Amino acid sequence: MKGLLPGWFGLPRLDWTLLLALMLLAALGLLVLYSASGEDPGAVYRQAARVGGGVVLMLGLSLVPPHVLRSWTPWLYGLGLVLLALTLLAGEGRGADRWLDLAVIRFQPSEIMKLAVPMMVAWFFNPLSLPPSIRATLVASVLLGVPAALIADQPDLGTAMLIAVSGCTTIFLAGLRWRYILGLGSLVAAALPAFWYMMHEYQRNRVRTFLDPESDPLGSGWNIIQSKIAVGSGGLLGKGWLNGTQSHLEFIPERHTDFILAVLAEEFGLLGVALLLVLYVVITVRCIYIAGMAKDTYSRLLAGSLGFTFFVYVVVNCGMVAGLLPVVGVPLPMISFGGTSMVTLLAGFGIVMSIHGHRNFIR
Amino acid sequence: MNTPNSIMGSLSGGNGRGRPIKDVVFESRLFRSRATFGLVLLALATAVLLARYTWLQVVAHEEFSARSNSNRVRVVPVAPNRGLIYDRRGRPLAENIPAYRLEIVPEKAGELEDTLTRLATIVELPEDAVEKFARDRKRYREFDAVPLKFNLSEEEVARFALDRHRYPGVDIAPYLSRYYPYGELLTHVLGYVGRIDEGDLLRLDSADYRATSHTGKSGIERQYETALHGHSGVERVETNAGGRVIRSLERTDPVHGDDLVLSLDIQVQQAAWDALGDRPGAVVAIDPNDGSVLAMVSKPAFDPNLFVHGISTADYQAILASPGRALLNRVIQGGYEPGSTLKPFVALAGLELGVTSADKKVFSSGNFYLPGLDRPFRDWRKGGHGWVDITSALEQSVNTYFYHLALDLGIDRMHDYLAQFGFGSVTGLDLPGELTGILPSREWKMAQYHQPWYPGETVISGIGQGYNVVTPLQLAVAVAAIASGGRRFAPQLLYASKRAGNQQATRQQAAEILQIPVVSEQNWDTVREGMRRVVHGSAGTARALQPLDGYEMAGKSGTAQVIAQAQGKDYDESHTAANLRHHALFIGFAPVGRPTIAVAAVVENGGGGSRQAAPVVKAVIDAWLAQEMPQEMPQ
Repeated sequence: MKGLLPGWFGLPRLDWTLLLALMLLAALGLLVLYSASGEDPGAVYRQAARVGGGVVLMLGLSLVPPHVLRSWTPWLYGLGLVLLALTLLAGEGRGADRWLDLAVIRFQPSEIMKLAVPMMVAWFFNPLSLPPSIRATLVASVLLGVPAALIADQPDLGTAMLIAVSGCTTIFLAGLRWRYILGLGSLVAAALPAFWYMMHEYQRNRVRTFLDPESDPLGSGWNIIQSKIAVGSGGLLGKGWLNGTQSHLEFIPERHTDFILAVLAEEFGLLGVALLLVLYVVITVRCIYIAGMAKDTYSRLLAGSLGFTFFVYVVVNCGMVAGLLPVVGVPLPMISFGGTSMVTLLAGFGIVMSIHGHRNFIR
Repeated sequence: MNTPNSIMGSLSGGNGRGRPIKDVVFESRLFRSRATFGLVLLALATAVLLARYTWLQVVAHEEFSARSNSNRVRVVPVAPNRGLIYDRRGRPLAENIPAYRLEIVPEKAGELEDTLTRLATIVELPEDAVEKFARDRKRYREFDAVPLKFNLSEEEVARFALDRHRYPGVDIAPYLSRYYPYGELLTHVLGYVGRIDEGDLLRLDSADYRATSHTGKSGIERQYETALHGHSGVERVETNAGGRVIRSLERTDPVHGDDLVLSLDIQVQQAAWDALGDRPGAVVAIDPNDGSVLAMVSKPAFDPNLFVHGISTADYQAILASPGRALLNRVIQGGYEPGSTLKPFVALAGLELGVTSADKKVFSSGNFYLPGLDRPFRDWRKGGHGWVDITSALEQSVNTYFYHLALDLGIDRMHDYLAQFGFGSVTGLDLPGELTGILPSREWKMAQYHQPWYPGETVISGIGQGYNVVTPLQLAVAVAAIASGGRRFAPQLLYASKRAGNQQATRQQAAEILQIPVVSEQNWDTVREGMRRVVHGSAGTARALQPLDGYEMAGKSGTAQVIAQAQGKDYDESHTAANLRHHALFIGFAPVGRPTIAVAAVVENGGGGSRQAAPVVKAVIDAWLAQEMPQEMPQ
């Protein structure tokens, strides 16, 4: 086999720690999904199929050596930009134009960017001497800013922010000097009012609601209040699988997608939440470890960025469900029902596995 | 593709300001320090999340647990079933039939205006219903179901069921709807139930009525509301976010209302109804032995079922506009001049007080003059009746005899004696809204008109004219007292009642108001004989009733003006003027030997009392005795 295909093609370079943790997460996710979907086996099958597809993609990507991935990076990034532009012109979706309907599959081009942006920034930093200079940082900012702006315009503020975060994480990991970070941070803080002005009304309402959910308990505060009630009523051990009243009596909105953690917390209690967080921490730390072991800049930055960004997803979603953060449309990684984000995530971990599997691979 | 050369470092292409050559070891160290910083942040974030979830799920668990329960568990009042109403032979007069209503939980319904607009496309929503809903909302809590529309058609139920998911907070609820199978025949007895309104709330125990939508508005339904209603129960149910009940958790059953048995006999009622025909009027029959009401008809009436689901404005206007004031229960609210039907009581007063005697004869010339007055008081027959004793005076309704008698009695004694028969005061029937009528006296006139009493007024009072106003029910109670030798009851419609779950009904006795003192049994017999001869005498004013079907009856006719009617202010004056003098009255009882029924009938605008009202009384007695006969035969 090795002889038939280009030299980089070999046996899957699996990272068993990552794989095990991810599969445990996926299993837990399917379990919760069955309950959250109102005991609909169809939803579970569809989700399981996505996990399967994602795992296949993950295993496939784990075979591709990082330098090959690196060579694909600008193309992938360019493709993502084109698709985003197309989406702006001809996209369709529920309320927000996030979906691009290709003949075969409907998907969100922003998902590609979740991988392509950190890859592109890492690709850009790879040949440079680090820490990055001001100019290099500015170029990297443009690389992450353009897609983020396009996505924010869809409007999908949550994804735009996460993509920006993945790019920024890469820059941060590349060693951007603290004084620049502080300077940029104060700039962003100064720009917040303008940002508020640019937001859509529904986005502003989400922030207002987050600040005081009880002001409109039946309207925009409903999600947060019901979610907190679900979590809080779960207690230490939970109400038991399929016994969550908040979930089964439909008090929790978006209970099988963005708010699925509320269902988990209600039915499995603090114990379930802690187990979930442990799995997430294990996965993230493993990614960072792999990044630390990587020999080249591209691999190191990419694996680190993918790992931390993954955890940012977790924190944003968990914070939202617990009423710590505003409601933004960020799914709980590996658990929330939904196609493309699951596949993207697993693809990302495929890249991480490849980085680890090929760490001693000298071309 | 311009892939930069990597691993061992290359020129930074002028981008780098510091080191031009990549320092692999330095970069790896730099990465590790940054990654370590990131991991510290990760640990912090994890700690914050864990702390937050611990706070929610352990520290504040009790509170959220309670909120979760109050989210899903709702205490729903359960309406008791309204008691049924039967006639004395067990025939149902008021039933409960299953029906469906549309309810809204305002808290769950979101934009109400919009919901109502959309609902109107699948369910007929009259404006009245929407207005009533808006008013009703105030007495419900936000999370209670407020009824919007009652008695949905099957089609409406089906259409809504299909679209139910589009209407959060809206649901169809089964309930028992009141139904009056006899319709207008019993309207004035049973009354009807209607939607609870602000006025009802003032007198009802709102806690016990949280699940109840209807209450008795008039008649028996109103009078015995407490017994018929029962007490509501409580159910703890689990509801979903849409407010829909998922299952019942716990339930305290309601105490259903008492079933009532009325003393009415629906066949006698029907006979009275039929006998009146199209004429406005009133008929009431009482069992003189126990005061129970056997029939009670007021015409015109209306269909009480119209009111149960909230009568439409159009239907209500139609009832109001109909001639004859259908809303008036003439039996207790119709004030009529008694005319000659008062004569038996005046006669009894004269005999018992020793003012006259059975043998005393008076000459009737056709005109009776009072000293100092030019205008004569007339007999109804031109030229008079010649010499008549008291029985003949009753038989032929001789006015002159009673002019003399009234003058000899004087208004004071006449008033006091007649008052014992219940004239001038409510009879005590178990229905709301009874009129007292007028039994005139010096005091009454002074209070009313600030004028002294004139002798001429005494004269015409002797034949039941002047100020006298009676209700048909008062006449029936009074004639029943003559029939029973002076026993006067507060007439009663309630015959028996049955607690929910009990097998046996409990007999409800009418209260005996008083026993009118009997000076001489002979005097009572004399009056009853005079009344018997009204029907059976050769000169009796109601002799046309003969032949009777195997029994004897006693009676007295009257022809009178309507002087006042209850709530008479809006009465159409021109209409009244044309018909004022032609109201026919008749009172009677039977069988003469041992009376079991006493009847009073008024036929408005009918003309002569004996011709128009007497056959009505006979028809009622016939209907009653036809059923009573088996018991009467042995005697």
